[in-house]
Amino acid sequence: MSVDSSPIQPTKPVAGRRSLFDKVLFVHLAALAILFLAQFVLSDYHHLTLARVMVLASFAVGYNILFGYTGLLSLGHAMFFAAGLYGAGLAATQLSFGASEAFLAGIFAGLVLSTLIGMIVLRTSGVSFMIVTMMFAQAGYLMSLYFGEFTRGDEGFVLQGDIRTAHLFGLSFDLTSPDVRYNIALALLAVCVLVCLALVRSPIGRILIAIRENEERARMLGYDTYRNKLFALVVSGTISAAAGAAYALLFAYVGATFASIQYSILPLLWVLLGGVGTVLGPILGTLLMFYLVDITSEYTSAYMLAVGVALIALVLFFPKGIIGTLRDKGLKWLP
Amino acid sequence: MAAMTLLSTESLSRHFGGLRAVDDVAFTLTEGEVRAIIGPNGAGKTTLVSLICGRVMPSAGKIVFEGTDISALPAHRRVGLGIAYTFQITSIFANLSVYDNVALAVQTGMRRGGASLFFLNEATLIARVEEALEKVGLDDRRDMQAANLSYGHQRLLEVAMGLALRPKLLILDEPTQGLSDAEIAGFCDLTRAIAKDATVLLIEHNMDVVMDLAERITVMNNGAILSEGTPAEIRDDERVQRAYLGT
Ligand SMILES: Nc1ncnc2c1ncn2[C@@H]1O[C@H](COP(=O)(O)OP(=O)(O)OP(=O)(O)O)[C@@H](O)[C@H]1O
Ligand SMILES: [Mg+2]
Repeated sequence: MSVDSSPIQPTKPVAGRRSLFDKVLFVHLAALAILFLAQFVLSDYHHLTLARVMVLASFAVGYNILFGYTGLLSLGHAMFFAAGLYGAGLAATQLSFGASEAFLAGIFAGLVLSTLIGMIVLRTSGVSFMIVTMMFAQAGYLMSLYFGEFTRGDEGFVLQGDIRTAHLFGLSFDLTSPDVRYNIALALLAVCVLVCLALVRSPIGRILIAIRENEERARMLGYDTYRNKLFALVVSGTISAAAGAAYALLFAYVGATFASIQYSILPLLWVLLGGVGTVLGPILGTLLMFYLVDITSEYTSAYMLAVGVALIALVLFFPKGIIGTLRDKGLKWLP
Repeated sequence: MAAMTLLSTESLSRHFGGLRAVDDVAFTLTEGEVRAIIGPNGAGKTTLVSLICGRVMPSAGKIVFEGTDISALPAHRRVGLGIAYTFQITSIFANLSVYDNVALAVQTGMRRGGASLFFLNEATLIARVEEALEKVGLDDRRDMQAANLSYGHQRLLEVAMGLALRPKLLILDEPTQGLSDAEIAGFCDLTRAIAKDATVLLIEHNMDVVMDLAERITVMNNGAILSEGTPAEIRDDERVQRAYLGT
């Protein structure tokens, strides 16, 4: 099903003929290289902002696998982000996990949650799918408040002490160091982008796009569309949880805001802004949106209004988002 | 005849509310034949083949394919067994390329053959897509977006997708609807070629096409089978003439 066909942009042939010089891979690696080099020229403030943006962009990349490529509009992805956030945060505070183990715990929480939730919500489609995902996310939010004894609810809790040092392969990483944080965030984003790219260029990606474009036809070509949608939802939810876990561990704060409806809507907006069903779109969208809020909030307290107006204008004039529009204007090979 | 029964239905029914779209139908297909189903609008032809391919589930009755009861199998599993359906109303992936449309069909077959979807042999995939496109004559349009094909070519793309599934039973639901005379002639040749490897079940309003292609004809009316026989028998059947041919 495609909830709203207009912003959902098809990808061009995933067709074979891979030459030695893979243009698509090159473009995506170049984008990651630019992010790597940016750390040497940015001021402290932008350096920190970009680290945050890269973690949130990973969330957006994950969201886009379900929304952009499979055509399922979830309004409840905050629950997966929060599963990673709390999975990592609580593993650290309640179970005294180290940073690496806590990160894996967060991912695992997202994997389990998205599998269970997926098996239920994928019985619905269209508007009911949107509502049901939102309701589950709301239940998750209320749970984070209800178990305030552990989560400290709205106020949240701060990670401190040993958990601020990650141990991996015999090396130690100081998570309070801006450089370490930046490069871990970049590594996470790079993995998410490359996973997404490999997925959408594979035969499975072609099936997901087929489901988005015409689910009944996909079924009559022999595809178990339920299983493929579940797969997309689990990949999407798990990547979102990885972003949540990284956010908790890198920025040392876990709070119920991240489980609220706002964090279900944000990835949708980031993806719409950057380009639905494009690999790089979510990153660009997250970056622009972050700075849009940042800059307008300096001038007016009604910054959300300004952001809202900007988004409406965007949907009206660039319904396919930035990368989606570029793709229409000649970069047809961009996945 | 020593011929094998490929498919049979027993007391197959499908009701929509009070409407008996398909009512207690016993229908049998022999392996390798080209069968046409004809009948007036609303006779239940599309519903009958939809029951066979699993797009619609029966209200009652049984469907047996190659000796196994498939009545409860979901549609995608039946495709796996070799039943392919091409839609009466053109249903392609309009936003995807011609290549991708057919590749989606080929992939199913390759996976059925045991290939993993993560490591599919691209060379085989490409070769088989091109083979299917060549058969229907769309090989020079493989990189076009499907939506930009002419209507006739979109119908051919549907057939190519059906072919690429390498089915045992290919169901064509009014494939010549909206085609030009030249395209219809080409389609008849194509069907004869397809019929060498597969059983073909054809719903068709164009009587010239039916008389040309079909070895046997089933006539439906009001959800039931009215008559069945060779083209000559059907042409001479009075009940058929009254109900349908109007001659
Ligand atoms: N999903 C549905 N819901 C309700 N009624 C339906 C449905 N599908 C078919 N029908 C009805 O069942 C009857 C048989 O329809 P069907 O499409 O099988 O006819 P057909 O023989 O294929 O006709 P045509 O030649 O027009 O394609 C019609 O009266 C139709 O309105
Ligand atoms: Mg019909």
